[in-house]
Amino acid sequence: MTTETPMHLSLVVNGTRREVEVPARRLLSDVLRHDLGLTGTHVGCEHGVCGACTVLVDGAPMRSCLLFAVSVEGAEVTTVEGCRAADGSLGPVQAAFRDCHALQCGFCTPGFVTTVTAYLRENRAPTETEAREAISGNLCRCTGYQNIVAAVLKAAEATVPAEAAPGGERR
Amino acid sequence: MKPSPFTYHRPTSVGEAVSTLAGLGASGKVLAGGQSLVPLMSMRLSAPDHLVDINGLAELDTVEVSDGQVRIGAGARQARVERDAVVRDTVPLLGQALVNVAHPTIRNRGTVVGSLVHADPSAELPAVLLLLGGVMELRSPDGVREVAATDFFLGPMSTAARPGDLAVAARFPCQPPGSGTSFVEVSRRHGDFALCGAAAVAVTGPDGAISSARVALVGVGGTAVVVDMTPAVRGSGGDLDPSVRDGLVDEHVDPEGDIHATADYRRELARVVTGRALEQAVGRARDGGRRR
Repeated sequence: MTTETPMHLSLVVNGTRREVEVPARRLLSDVLRHDLGLTGTHVGCEHGVCGACTVLVDGAPMRSCLLFAVSVEGAEVTTVEGCRAADGSLGPVQAAFRDCHALQCGFCTPGFVTTVTAYLRENRAPTETEAREAISGNLCRCTGYQNIVAAVLKAAEATVPAEAAPGGERR
Repeated sequence: MKPSPFTYHRPTSVGEAVSTLAGLGASGKVLAGGQSLVPLMSMRLSAPDHLVDINGLAELDTVEVSDGQVRIGAGARQARVERDAVVRDTVPLLGQALVNVAHPTIRNRGTVVGSLVHADPSAELPAVLLLLGGVMELRSPDGVREVAATDFFLGPMSTAARPGDLAVAARFPCQPPGSGTSFVEVSRRHGDFALCGAAAVAVTGPDGAISSARVALVGVGGTAVVVDMTPAVRGSGGDLDPSVRDGLVDEHVDPEGDIHATADYRRELARVVTGRALEQAVGRARDGGRRR
């Protein structure tokens, strides 16, 4: 039987440095929820299929349930709580989800918001097909996805400067 | 759904990782991207006593081209390799296969070498390494051992890597001019493991006719199955003879049925994906090969 000695872990979560002592086997999803109290990150399947626990690690979307927290020591982590606007109101992706009725029960939504936030930095004006591809790793059992796709497109409009919007940067 | 306790090691150099692993032997396991290992541990299908984390080792995070080969270090994430312009030009089959590996979110963390060492029979990358005749570099305190892909993959989740070995890199031969490649797979849902998939490479001879055509099939055996499909290429036009094609597939493939697909359905899929992948590869070879 292996004895579990807690390890010191330092992360920058939503712009704030956080220091915790955790066992090596603790998943990043559980550190965020249980040790840091950031329950916006949801845990669904816990084996990397559903996408609900997706957070940004150094800007890239990753499954927090597929990461030992100690293996991302020092990383910058952005959760759904970090996707809001600077004044504390809804961020552009969150607002688009509300406006398009892109959530029903809301369980999957944090994973969508983080995934879409990162995606729109890479592709600022996705087509509908690209929007579907972008969210293909996230499962939603309520909406049927139509309104989520609409929200991705709306969020893209909201985050693109007006002059770059029509026929703007496309892959 | 929580992993068993383990002792965590975070070496600061490849040398330290190698000596740590050697000391641990069969009780140690390498943690690279962890996109296969962590769920296996969460489901308690795997419970290593020690994990040696190589994520912080910058010297493994490499993609280099030399001597007609692309060398991918054990730290290189799949997403990085997929987007690498040099890889796209020199080994286009890698990118063609990588877009089929799980979802972009998984590829942001998962590594190419990790997928190869994991050796899942449904996985795409082992088929690429086998089909192209690549090489694995396994490091131990005795030095670096090079193992050809044909000798590396032994069966489902089973490779020639010994306890204590650190797979430091995989080398893929660059695609010669006048050849073309393709990767096609069928899965139940987008991003799922493939029920069946095919990597294909076609090469044109000096006269412009197809001189060689081969596929590597995944999901229909313990490892990827390489089949020489050259006899199925009919005449200089590069058309495929469907009956010869299906005959060759049937001769080499003997899939098992499971809850996802019956054996008969998998055999039928093997024929279909072979045909689709070969047609694309032949078309690309005839278009001048190197560009996708």
